[in-house]
Amino acid sequence: MNIKILYFARIKEAVNYSTEDITLPNDIATITALKNYLAQRGETWANLFNGKQTVRAAINHELVADLATIKAGDEVAFFPPVTGG
Amino acid sequence: MAAELTSMRLAGQGVGAVVSFIGQVRDMNDGDDIQTLTLEHYPGMTEKALEAIETEAKSRWDIIDSLIIHRVGTLKPQDQIVLVAISGAHRGEAFKACEFIMDFLKTQAPFWKKEATNKGERWVEAKLSDDAAQARWTK
Repeated sequence: MNIKILYFARIKEAVNYSTEDITLPNDIATITALKNYLAQRGETWANLFNGKQTVRAAINHELVADLATIKAGDEVAFFPPVTGG
Repeated sequence: MAAELTSMRLAGQGVGAVVSFIGQVRDMNDGDDIQTLTLEHYPGMTEKALEAIETEAKSRWDIIDSLIIHRVGTLKPQDQIVLVAISGAHRGEAFKACEFIMDFLKTQAPFWKKEATNKGERWVEAKLSDDAAQARWTK
């Protein structure tokens, strides 16, 4: 399925871009699965998505837990814990 | 800020209290001089997150109106980052709602701070104390 992924703050800087359209294999259906999938892209990605640092996720602008399900057409975002205010 | 508070004070019938909070850029953090503070956000999600926080505050407390203004981009020390203002009939509910909104904004709204110091640039780390402040409102 096709989804859009957005990256913010230090994660955006690490991967060196802010957005991508991606076609996922059919078995990638949760945030956890997507993180594991992205972690296989190389050292930078493994460091971000191997679970050692906190990476929050949103689907279609809603904060979600890693168990959340991804559907075709979703906008998924990855970012560090927020620091506004 | 005076204009915003006056507007809330005079806006509706029954307003007896207006409570406000301003967060501003500090001149020092972790012992280093701050030159600038740059706020990144997630357009689209930011607005929804702030609206959801205001809706929750209005459902929990008897308040009349609420206002959140949050800046993005590059700011200097003493620039205002955020204004939260609450109007209500009495101060008690308004104080609580204001604190609730700030605690949730700090932990739920998609903003990220990067500071430029005399030693270079760095992302501001999230604080466990902010998580604890939010957790105390759990029903």
